[in-house]
Amino acid sequence: MNSEVSRQPREIVMPGDLLDGDRLKPGAGTYVSEGKIYAALLGIKSVKSNYVNIIPLSGRYIPAVGDSVIGKVEDIGPSNWLIDINSPYPAPLHVNEVPWRVEFGDTARYMNVGDVILAKVLMVDETMRVQVTMKDQGLRKLQGGQIIEISSSKVPRVIGKSGSMIQMIKGYTNCRIFVGQNGRIWLDGEVDNIMHAIKAIQMIEQDAHSYGLTEKVKAYLEAESHQSAPSSE
Amino acid sequence: MSGMTTNIDLIDDNDIRIDGRKVDELRPLRIEAGVLKRADGSAYVEWGKNKVLAAVYGPRECHPRHMQNPAKAIVQCKYNMLSFSVSDRKRPGPDRRSIEISKIISEALEYVVFTENYPRASIDVYIEVLQANAGTRCAGLTAASVALADAGIPMKDIVPAVAIGKADGQIVLDLNKEEDNYGNADLPIAMIPRTGEVLLLQMDGHMTMEEFDRALEYGKKACQMVYDVQKDALRRRYAVQGATNGEADDETHGDGTEA
Repeated sequence: MNSEVSRQPREIVMPGDLLDGDRLKPGAGTYVSEGKIYAALLGIKSVKSNYVNIIPLSGRYIPAVGDSVIGKVEDIGPSNWLIDINSPYPAPLHVNEVPWRVEFGDTARYMNVGDVILAKVLMVDETMRVQVTMKDQGLRKLQGGQIIEISSSKVPRVIGKSGSMIQMIKGYTNCRIFVGQNGRIWLDGEVDNIMHAIKAIQMIEQDAHSYGLTEKVKAYLEAESHQSAPSSE
Repeated sequence: MSGMTTNIDLIDDNDIRIDGRKVDELRPLRIEAGVLKRADGSAYVEWGKNKVLAAVYGPRECHPRHMQNPAKAIVQCKYNMLSFSVSDRKRPGPDRRSIEISKIISEALEYVVFTENYPRASIDVYIEVLQANAGTRCAGLTAASVALADAGIPMKDIVPAVAIGKADGQIVLDLNKEEDNYGNADLPIAMIPRTGEVLLLQMDGHMTMEEFDRALEYGKKACQMVYDVQKDALRRRYAVQGATNGEADDETHGDGTEA
């Protein structure tokens, strides 16, 4: 474990590994014991503005305020819906947090069990009580399309640097895609194109954290679009 | 355990044990991480003739509700021996022994996991013993902590465990079935090598103070060895990705993980 060259190679660290280095500060996925910084997670070490962070390689989705998520309606109450956001904690959606005016007890007329929505995490408190909202731009009930699930730790890779990866997939496949921070991805478009997009996303999930991923995905999408172009047009 | 007697020599005149090991030698240990697809984390351990599979689910919503802790997560471990794991068919289902082992492993793991990160949740660990040949609680804990790390659960450290015992009046490391059955004492230990913190320690049989000190010393050394194997297993599991795609090393795009 040589910290001098910590940025170039992707160094895999494990719980209990010492993260040494000059004037480093403990970041996400680390803990301090007797003045030294140790990794708390299995992941990749990254140093950003003197903070050591561990980028996790696996793990469940833990909601954070402001995350856009794709949720499924799990249960209905008289003044709220219970949304499954693929996390250990149930997420209620109150009637005040939807874009419609809902009478008390009238919740089922707007959304029913099994419906899928685009939501945002409104609040998470220290006891992990979660609330989601649909009162924001672009948040809505999702109709049609397909949903796939990936590990939430791979979501940043699917999105890419400032959305580059997902834009590329959208561009090549002509699909409407929405990636939730909780690892659920919604796609809509032509069936063949959806299948290509799903394949590309699965490729990213499998090879996340490898070098040259963008090029590989690009090559795949290019090959697929050439192949299907004569038959579909 | 120490009750039975035999006329076979567990240790011969050259200090070699019946399976050919020296007194301070471990049985061959092989660990593989991430063997199960549907679990959040998993590990398979082959330790001598022991075969143990561990799976981790969670953190997930804790059921039954009354077991939830509003301040932290709980670690629930289920240790189970399969009916074909021993020579006489084991009656399936929990018994006094497996409930005890489940409890002590849960407590050992709860100490290393940062449970306060996941209030009200439960982290479930399932340990299945496919084949038993003494030392399954150590093998189980060893597997479980690798599975926890594989599941991406934040924890202080990985926990190795090993059993030390006394056979033919000598302190021996990592008892096998015969030494366990006909020996004089059995002392399973789980210890974090870096800090020397002991997370599990039980003793069955008798030892003098000097023998105990010696056993602890053996245990510490052996835990370090087991720990290295555990880390190697995790490293191999995630190195696969890098190896298959290592060609494009010049790539500078990279840790643009935010979006």
